[in-house]
Amino acid sequence: MTNNFVFEPDLAAKKIYITREFDAPVEKVWRAWTEPALIERWIAPKPWTAETKTWDFTVGGVWLYAMVGTDGQRFWVYAVFTAIENGSAISTTGMFCDGDGNPVAGGPKSYRDTKFLSLDGNRSKVASVITFEEESTIKMFMDGGFKQGTAASFSNLDELLAAE
Amino acid sequence: MDIRRDIYQAIADPTRRAILTLLTVGAMTPNAIAGHFGSSRQAVSKHIQILAECGAVDQDQRGREIFYQLNINKMKEIDHWMESFRKLWQTRFNQLDDVLKDL
Repeated sequence: MTNNFVFEPDLAAKKIYITREFDAPVEKVWRAWTEPALIERWIAPKPWTAETKTWDFTVGGVWLYAMVGTDGQRFWVYAVFTAIENGSAISTTGMFCDGDGNPVAGGPKSYRDTKFLSLDGNRSKVASVITFEEESTIKMFMDGGFKQGTAASFSNLDELLAAE
Repeated sequence: MDIRRDIYQAIADPTRRAILTLLTVGAMTPNAIAGHFGSSRQAVSKHIQILAECGAVDQDQRGREIFYQLNINKMKEIDHWMESFRKLWQTRFNQLDDVLKDL
């Protein structure tokens, strides 16, 4: 069963397009993206784990979680929900965090729009567009809050991912 | 003061992206580069300086003239990082497949 994973950066437009199909109905995929206990089971690449600190799934609400390394190191991910269409779409604005998970005022932002689509045969598709601000650097966001200057952690992740 | 910039700042600006595209054809002098843009020579010169600080371009002194050329290895950093970001999402989605099986 092909899952049609697409990862397409458009650096000139400062956008990354990510799509993936799932062998599950869209209702289940929506739950997996909107229930913290379920999100924690897939958002951090193993053996990293995820810990939700704040989850307020309303427009203007905050989602703050940490990806925790085996050495206890934390990378905070802070996002504000900017639009929610129940069962079909979520938009978030990602903000840069300090080591305690506090967003950095005036720091660069990223924007993610995710759509959830139903496919034939009890399948579904998730399509995300991540947009970066003009003067922000794409690397700073890595979506996972992997912060600028944590080169060692980057290479850790590289090794980790290479081992997958 | 030694200003450390990273390669992503090089591509954050449209003029700098255009300069990098120009340099894919070959090394050029600042004057030749500026000739391709409507903005002032000083503005273009500032962009070239930032590109040099990012490590995106190298200087090559030829006689009395300075040529700028692309630093290919540095540009590969972007590809490298993109690849790790792609793998992160691939891994997440594979883990999500497992979560969905249990739901």
